[in-house]
Amino acid sequence: MKIAVCIKQVPTRDWQPRLNDAKTWIREQDATYEMNEPDAYALEEALRLREKQGGEVVVCSAGPSRVAQVLREALARGADRAIHVEDEGLGNADAFVIAGALASAMQDEQFDLILTGLQSDDQGFAQTGVILAERLNRSHATIIMDVQVNGGQVRVKRELEGGWFQWVDMAMPAVLTIQSGINQLRYATLKGIMAAKKKEIRKSPLPAATAAKSRIVALYPPEKAKKTQMISGSPAEAAKELVRRLRDDARVIQ
Amino acid sequence: MILVIAEQRSGKLNRATWEAIAGAQQLAAAQNNEAVSVLVAGSSASGVASELAAAAVQEVVTIDNPALEPYTPDGYTAALQQAIAQLSPSTVVLPHTYQTRDFAPKLAARLDRSIITDVTAVKRAGNDVAFVRPMFQGKLTADVVAEGPGPHFVTFQIGAFRADQAARGSAPTTVRPLTVAVDASAIRQKPEAPFQEARQAVDLSQAERIVSVGRGIKEQSNIPLAQALADALGAELAASRPICDAGWLPMERQVGSSGQTVAPKLYLALGISGAIQHLVGMKGANTIVAINKDPDAPIFEVADYGIVGDLFEIVPALTAALKGS
Repeated sequence: MKIAVCIKQVPTRDWQPRLNDAKTWIREQDATYEMNEPDAYALEEALRLREKQGGEVVVCSAGPSRVAQVLREALARGADRAIHVEDEGLGNADAFVIAGALASAMQDEQFDLILTGLQSDDQGFAQTGVILAERLNRSHATIIMDVQVNGGQVRVKRELEGGWFQWVDMAMPAVLTIQSGINQLRYATLKGIMAAKKKEIRKSPLPAATAAKSRIVALYPPEKAKKTQMISGSPAEAAKELVRRLRDDARVIQ
Repeated sequence: MILVIAEQRSGKLNRATWEAIAGAQQLAAAQNNEAVSVLVAGSSASGVASELAAAAVQEVVTIDNPALEPYTPDGYTAALQQAIAQLSPSTVVLPHTYQTRDFAPKLAARLDRSIITDVTAVKRAGNDVAFVRPMFQGKLTADVVAEGPGPHFVTFQIGAFRADQAARGSAPTTVRPLTVAVDASAIRQKPEAPFQEARQAVDLSQAERIVSVGRGIKEQSNIPLAQALADALGAELAASRPICDAGWLPMERQVGSSGQTVAPKLYLALGISGAIQHLVGMKGANTIVAINKDPDAPIFEVADYGIVGDLFEIVPALTAALKGS
């Protein structure tokens, strides 16, 4: 079984945003980066499927040269090889550009399954996997919490809202977007890190004809929905003052 | 014309549809008072259509086709592609539900048209209309403009517009059936009936007070700290998604888009950064308190009271202050 996992590199959770001079994007050079969390769950699911079914796991990413770091990390966790669509302009690309780049790089590989996270922690479109499925003319399912492969069929547990789920069956090849929490993540071992150094990262060119379909005209810190009363002081003082305000002003406790 | 795609399951309208109608009416005001129409698709869309006809819109268009029940992305994409070709809207508006996320990017890609998701507001930017959406887990907000020919697809975040703000007409509007061909044999997904997994023994939606924990709680062994505060407040204990994913609290205590939606009198968020998937589940709370070490955490945007600091110092102090008085 041949499985692809699409991975994005995103700023770390504790990164403090800084904007470029035009205030249309972040200062990429100032950010620290990590693997997009839902994509890490997609990778883990692929590794588990390979353990059961045999075959190959190929990680793919479309991004600037810096994304080689998360591809290397995925190889250290156990992926067999990697494909990198490398272009310095891809850092702020929209979902059409990324999906177009990935589709072109994957075209000649006959993947049975393509997995990716349900959305990214940076732009958060929740579109790339679905657009990729359409570009490759594959069936798809989104927000998946269980994957069972049986012959040429895949059975998936799709998350609906408010604690509801649904089983969906489809023939492979297919594209699935994976929800965080589907499994328990593994981390790279020293042996894995050493082995990753010998694994292949194939560079794939960015296709010429993928125009962006949206443009950020302004990027700024969010406007507050409410006037927040910030309470300072030592923990004991702040706690006392909060209790007083909840009791006397907000009247939500006795 | 702005076309709103309504969402229904088994003849029951998803309330988020009215929010999308309210958003579409605001968008229409920004686009030279363009007309708004609503489309509802399914195998028996007529009941839902009469409900939607109360909206102040040009018309309600229905697609009744047995191949559309149950929902599949292939079926909906095929049907809506034809409907859009017949109706030629300038913009297609959808509520940002899980179902929309499942098919709308596919439909936009099929037509090779732009799609802007998770939009919270609409504004003018020069000659363009800009769509406001969160990015970087809510740390930044972006104004985004669609590029290329229409129709442009836009999905509105749940709770961004209020359902009761959707303008209603003085009399029911026209309901018009539209015929499209859907080849059932070309639908590749075979869905089964939806089911609920978690034992819904805890109904957080009825709780008056909730203490909710996020990643900032760090370890499962710290949960009793939050439980003690909840007990002192007479509150239910809840959590953001990562805590339930890790199994530190049961899934039935999860608040957010994939868990429960709550509206208590008091919501106390401990170490929760405030990613949008969490905020949609709790921003209807009357009074929101946030305790977080990061002063820039998005949770403070919706909080009434905030304390920046170490929850491991503040929470015991809070429990003591409640008990001591």
